[in-house]
Amino acid sequence: MKREALARIADAQKRRQPLVVVTRLADGAQCLVDAATVDGDLSLAAGQLAEARGFLASGRSAALAGADGLFARAYVPAPRLLVIGAVHIAQALAPMAAAAGFDVIVIDPRGAFASPQRFPGVQLSDEWPDEALERLGLDEATALVALSHDPKLDDPALELALPGKLFYIGALGSRRTHEKRLERLRAAGLGELTGRIHSPIGLDLGGRSPAEIAVSILAEIIQVRYRGGRA
Amino acid sequence: MQSDNDLLFETLQQWRSAGKSAALATVVSTWGSSPRPEGSHLAVDEAGHFVGSVSGGCIEGAVIDAAREVMASGRPQLLEFGISDEQAWQVGLACGGRVRVFVEPVE
Repeated sequence: MKREALARIADAQKRRQPLVVVTRLADGAQCLVDAATVDGDLSLAAGQLAEARGFLASGRSAALAGADGLFARAYVPAPRLLVIGAVHIAQALAPMAAAAGFDVIVIDPRGAFASPQRFPGVQLSDEWPDEALERLGLDEATALVALSHDPKLDDPALELALPGKLFYIGALGSRRTHEKRLERLRAAGLGELTGRIHSPIGLDLGGRSPAEIAVSILAEIIQVRYRGGRA
Repeated sequence: MQSDNDLLFETLQQWRSAGKSAALATVVSTWGSSPRPEGSHLAVDEAGHFVGSVSGGCIEGAVIDAAREVMASGRPQLLEFGISDEQAWQVGLACGGRVRVFVEPVE
């Protein structure tokens, strides 16, 4: 693999852009394929290029059909978890989700909560949730959990998330808290979308500690990602 | 906090900018119950440090050995591992699958 290819893969992952690398297994010749360009010392027939471009969307990695010894590796954006509220459960959830392959960002404008001491190695945002979400963008590889217990933080995030493409939206809180939240969201004109919110949040594992609840939440996110929420 | 796969390419870049040789192994085909899907990566440096995986741990040692040969020769290798047999010293997949692993030098 050439130095430029390594740099392009790392950069595409950082910018959350899909990229496919096609390798000829006989000699290691490669080309890099995205939606608009093809670069490298391997040239592809039109059909092979079209098949490789198909992997940009599907995220699949496989040998190209009908081609001898051409392997296509798709690099697609890692699933991303946006955590609203730098609370105790978030401290447990952030490293667990990163270990499970998620890019994690914890969002909380309250500096005393979102401090690097409380979240070592975790990407933190001290913006208000609506500002952060507008900057980050909400694609179909994104999950959002509202954990702050504060409607001033959770509600603006949910109002932006509900009409978005995110694959998972969850909100922490008792049934009573959630009922009140639903009333506010209905008043904001989002009544038809509130069914998307997973609440009570997480699979019912019976745990009570922050770390146990974090396991429940992460387990539910993974279940929804692969099975669309059906157990 | 970044996911594992992003960290693999970051680690490769760090190794190379520190002047270390490195190789990248990729699962390019699987048959049967192989534990890691096509596209799975293992990155190796010249000292044999590695990140990622191409199996449940059964063939990593052999892939790391091949990776060091690839770094020395500058030429890629295509390895094949099959169902492990009774000979305990032979490298193979205990789960009964078969995989092909492409090992390439990283410039």
